[in-house]
Formats: sequence, structure tokens, C-alpha cells
Amino acid sequence: MNKGVKYTGIPSEEELLASPGIPSPERMEKGPVAFIECVQDIPCNPCEEACPFGAITVGQPITNLPVLHGDKCTGCGLCIAQCPGLAIFKVHLHYTKTSSLVEFPYEYCPLPDKGDRVPCGDRNGDYVTQGQVMSVKNAKVHDGTAVIGVEVPKAYCLEVRTICRKEYRRHG
Amino acid sequence: MKTTLVAVIGAGPAGLAAAVEVARAGGQVTIIDENAKPGGQLFKQIHKFFGSREHMAGVRGFHIGEQLLAEIKKLNVEVLLDSPVYALFPDKTVGYIHHKKEVCLHAEKIIIASGASENALAFPGSTLPGVMGAGAAQTLINVNRVLPGKKILMIGSGNVGLIVSYQLMQAGADVLALIEAAPQIGGYGVHAAKIRRAGVPIHVSHTVKRVIGDDQVESVEIVELDSQWQPVASSEKILAVDTVCIAVGLTPLTELAWLMGCEFAYVPSLGGHVPKHDLNMETTVPGVFIAGDISGVEEASTAMEEGRLAGTACAEALGLFDREKARELKTIIWERMNALRTGPFGEGRRKAKDQLIGLSMGGHA
Repeated sequence: MNKGVKYTGIPSEEELLASPGIPSPERMEKGPVAFIECVQDIPCNPCEEACPFGAITVGQPITNLPVLHGDKCTGCGLCIAQCPGLAIFKVHLHYTKTSSLVEFPYEYCPLPDKGDRVPCGDRNGDYVTQGQVMSVKNAKVHDGTAVIGVEVPKAYCLEVRTICRKEYRRHG
Repeated sequence: MKTTLVAVIGAGPAGLAAAVEVARAGGQVTIIDENAKPGGQLFKQIHKFFGSREHMAGVRGFHIGEQLLAEIKKLNVEVLLDSPVYALFPDKTVGYIHHKKEVCLHAEKIIIASGASENALAFPGSTLPGVMGAGAAQTLINVNRVLPGKKILMIGSGNVGLIVSYQLMQAGADVLALIEAAPQIGGYGVHAAKIRRAGVPIHVSHTVKRVIGDDQVESVEIVELDSQWQPVASSEKILAVDTVCIAVGLTPLTELAWLMGCEFAYVPSLGGHVPKHDLNMETTVPGVFIAGDISGVEEASTAMEEGRLAGTACAEALGLFDREKARELKTIIWERMNALRTGPFGEGRRKAKDQLIGLSMGGHA
């Protein structure tokens, strides 16, 4: 079966698991952490400089996949808006006892407000769950790439990657 | 006759970067462009560029355009707008039209940075209003702030098709689907992932069969292709779209280089016939340089590096740099350029370019 980002536009589970940008399950237990969903050797490295803690390395050549060093990642999320490919996310698995926090880049209008209930979608854009917007970061340094944090039930933290654009526009 | 030291044809990323290098070295430069504004395609690139810091990665294309224009202004480079170039003469006279008058400009060196044009695709209904190039749609939304339609079908999954689909949604349209005749997506996975997250299906091994409509696009029929690129029976689907965008590659705009008598090579992966050039971006006609998409279709990032290379080599040939200094500068540019031509997406272009340069060097020997 033709599965994978080259055929579907979505990195497959195998591609993500094999990627050096994805944190280990143990690291996820310890606190918020970046998910770098970049699985192709494209010439790009702004994520490396974006991290103030040296937790992301690309090196030379710049087509190397970004490597996430889970022990150095503080889960600050500064890398999210600096990725030109909008491929970095942040997951805080144990945000509360029952919920996780997922942060993702978002460049569509309208932007939600903090506190809004929004339909959350997966890598397919399909509706997964309702989530509550906990943060909308859009500082000047983001240069228009807003970073949205949504609280969702724990079970969906590996699926939710966006606000469901169509649902949100229809109802929002 | 009006004279200049270096005439740069085209004020896009390659031409602007070339002019900056010549002017920085102290040379007089005149840029000539047919458009009303300089910048070429940069001002419709609202996404953040890839690469690394020295390639301006993470900076949106139009901001890179603004920076280049600021440099041009600071360096007092002359920019002639609304001036289509219609002829190049062997003595390096450039003929252009301005305000309906023919004007001649004599230069010591010429850098042709004329860019590329979008490929068309013919199918029943392809002449109906609402069928347009993806680049045209991108100009409409990002430069003119006009939404060409509300329900879009995008044809072609290269980076242009993927990026313009994304930007059409940012502008408020819905992209119902993106189709690609090849069995796999042509552009970067991260660009594809962005539109997938927005709910756009990408159908590989699919093509357009016909566009339906009386006076404008009303719907489109797509069909699946088998491994021999033949339509699969009964796989047709109708999509209710009002706009069909075509992103099936670009062809280098080479007319001026043909006029000048440059030798050409046919390199399909670079977009077709391209002028042979050496490591200095100089064609087989001494004193005539090329940069950007005319030398093979790539991206704005590489176009700017090629421009810098051509500008530096031009300045060297004019004695504005000594050999040692020029060699040093060119080595740095080549390193930056090669960094962009690596990996599964860049290697093919690098090989094609090496082949093209090899042909040219062989030609000189």
C-alpha cells in the first residue's frame, strides 16, 4: 500500500516513529515536549537556531532531519513558529489529570480567542474532539504564525494537530 | 545612446541580487523590467522561505523582496520599469520599449534574469473563464487582494500547487481537492501536510478529464490514472468547483538568450531548453550572463544565489574585483547554493546543473 507522506501528504505512523524529531514515550511522561513532524531530507534548519536550549540539531548538510534531544527540550514551544514548514507541535501529555495540551501553528483567519471552545482536527483535517483554547501566541517574532494551545482529552493528544478549519469557519 | 556598465534584464530575485553584487563592487548597473513594480514573483510569496539563515530562511518572501529593494535603493541602482526588452544586439545594446517609444541602452555586460512562465494544460473546457495558472491565482490573492473563486480544484502537487492551495485558503477560498497525475506528490511533504490538515484531499494518479460550464467553470470531471497513465474506466468524479488552477511546472523564458545566439542544451528536469553556462553563470556568448529560472527552473532562494554569482563574476570580468577576492566570494556563494541543492529534492537539480555546466565548459575547451 502506498502509505506515507509522499503519497498521502501525511507522515505515516511508521515515518513518525522512525523520525529523530519525535520524543520517546518516557520523555512525554515528564512534561511538555516538542514534536518535530519533519520526515523528509529538505534543505532547512531554522529550528536548530530557534531553540535556546540546544535541544534541536540539524548540522551539516542542512538536509539532515532535525534531531530532538528530549533531555534538553523544556517544552517552551519557541520552535513552533520558527519552522517554515509549520511542522513542529508541542504536546503536554499530563496537562491535568484528564487532559493534554497540544500546541500547533495556525495561519488562518479568524484566530480564536483564549477560552473559546473549538473543533480540533487531526492530520487529515478531520474532526476529532472539541477543545478549549488555552493560549494564542502571536508575538511580533512569530511574523504572522500564531501558535494555538488547546486542551483536549488525553486520548487525543497524538491526533489533534489543528483547529478543524472547515468546521470552525462554518460554526465560528 | 544611453549607456551603462552592466544591464540586468529582469527585476526578480535573481536580477535584483545580481545588481546588488555589481553595485557593491562599485559598478554602474541598470535593471530593466517590463512590470510596473520591481520584485518579480517575490512579492506574492507570503510564506516563510526554507534553507538556513544565510538563505534568509524563516523570512517571508515579500520581506526578502523589501530588503533587496532597500539595498538597490541604497546603492543607487537605476531601475527602469514598464520597459519590456524586445531585442539584444551583438554589440550588447539592449532594445526596450518605454512609454511606447523604442529606447537603446548600451552595456559592457548583460545579465539576463528573465525568469520563467507557467506551463499550460489543454483539456476540454480549459479555455473557460475560471481556469487559470496557479501563479495567476497567487498574484490575484496576494498582490491584488482579489479572490478568483470560492471553490478551487488545484492541478499539480509540486511546491507551487501545494503552496498556492494553502494561500487560497488563507485568502478565504475552499480547495476541494488537489490532483496529481504522477503516483506521488511532487513537492515537500510539509507543504502537503499543511493543506491536508486543512482538510484538502490530495488525489495522486488523477488527472482532469474536462471542465463543465457554459460561460464559466461550473464543475470539473476528474479521473483516476493507472500505472500506464491511462484513465481507469468508471473512475470519473464530478467536483462542483468555480475555479481550476493549473500548477504543472514552468518553462524558462529564454527568447533573449536565443536572440543573442547563446548555445542551448535540452534538460527536461530544468524545464526544457536552457542556455549553457559555466561556473560564473556566463553563457557561450562572452559577456552575457544568466541567472535564476532562465538557467533552469528552481526556487527564489537559488535564483538569488545565481544572481549573486553572476553579479560577482561580472564585476570580476570588469576588473572591479581582483581574481583572488572574486574567487573567495564565488566559493562562498557556491557553498550556499550547493547547500540548497542537496537531499532527495535537490540532488536531481544539482546533477542536471553539473551536466549543463559540464557541457558549457566542454564547449569552451
